[in-house]
Amino acid sequence: MASDGGVSCLRRSEMMSVGIGGIDSPPLDVDEVHVLAVDDSLVDRIVIERLLRITSCKVTAVDSGWRALEFLGIDNEKASAELDRLKVDLIITDYCMPGMTGYELLKKIKESSSFRQVPVVIMSSENVITRIDRCLEEGAEDFLLKPVKLADVKRLRNYLTRDVQVSNGNKRKLPEDSPPLTLSHDSSDSSPPPSTLSPDSSDSSSPPLSPVEIFSSPLLSPLDDEDDDVLTSSPESTPSPVRRQKMRSPGLD
Amino acid sequence: MDAHVAQLQMQYRNYILSLYQQGFLDDQFTELKSLQDDGSPDFVAEVLSLFFDDCVKLVGNMARALDQTGTVDFSQVGANVHQLKGSSSSVGAKRVKGLCINFKELCEAKNYEGCVRCLQQVDIEYKTLKAKLQDMFNLEKQIVQAGGIVPQVDIN
Repeated sequence: MASDGGVSCLRRSEMMSVGIGGIDSPPLDVDEVHVLAVDDSLVDRIVIERLLRITSCKVTAVDSGWRALEFLGIDNEKASAELDRLKVDLIITDYCMPGMTGYELLKKIKESSSFRQVPVVIMSSENVITRIDRCLEEGAEDFLLKPVKLADVKRLRNYLTRDVQVSNGNKRKLPEDSPPLTLSHDSSDSSPPPSTLSPDSSDSSSPPLSPVEIFSSPLLSPLDDEDDDVLTSSPESTPSPVRRQKMRSPGLD
Repeated sequence: MDAHVAQLQMQYRNYILSLYQQGFLDDQFTELKSLQDDGSPDFVAEVLSLFFDDCVKLVGNMARALDQTGTVDFSQVGANVHQLKGSSSSVGAKRVKGLCINFKELCEAKNYEGCVRCLQQVDIEYKTLKAKLQDMFNLEKQIVQAGGIVPQVDIN
């Protein structure tokens, strides 16, 4: 059970572990979608995992942007095109996370030659137009308003199946070659900035930030007028939250 | 069907309905229930258990942060409120979430007294919800033990 693990992967027996049986096999079945879910909230990770599994996705859930990059191997300086990489078909990330926001993670993924083609979906509890636009402009595939529902995930799954490219160069990583994923949530060993709840003080010269702004990229905050565009934050009173979509894939009707 | 089971099932239905009517739960809870099946029969209980663990942790953090009289870091309190608001929203804990929305504003206003009061309310509220849901799970267990199936309750 994923109690407080930094990485909670494929717990149940019906899930195939990444790499097992798929090393020298023919191109993947289009149904074998592997999703990397990133959220600092354990509750949300468990829920999104369940939603994804119900829609027949394999899921790897991590608790921070840093762990996501670590998992993908993006922060690995010695990475090269020859290295087998983990096959990830979709990355779904929370926007507000301490340390590295979902937006920053999105940027890093889009800067990576290996993973920039992987669709990235952002989740947020706040329906902020400027935030949504900024993410879409940076290349996010979709933006989901939390709490995420099965219908949202099914919709993602639908356009993902049509897009899955089984020979996009992202080959499967051999499990024996990879270090065991035993990253714990509270570990003080690995990742650069630890995941804490305190305001990100990595940039010591930045002005004090309000609670909403602390989760935005500190480098962008002075120009951030997103507070002005906050729609009613209570989902129940909002008839249909704005979900901006950008379907960039060719071939879709 | 066994009259005892039928009675328990009716009791269960009424109880669930009352939880929604009194605003303890919202449609996200319904959503979670719909994700549960024979393959994952304890999903809801598992998620809620994690949620309540979260409550204990976050309330503790907030209490400690508010305890620094004179040097309260409201953004720290606010960060914890944000987390709690998120997880309560994800499980359908409607009242807790509502309190968090107020709490967030109080943090932004750096209203110390308001924050302290709100934290007390949050504490009471999540504990109340926990007790209510425990009763709900107990009813489910009783139904199953009596040989019945837990009914799907249509909220609408």
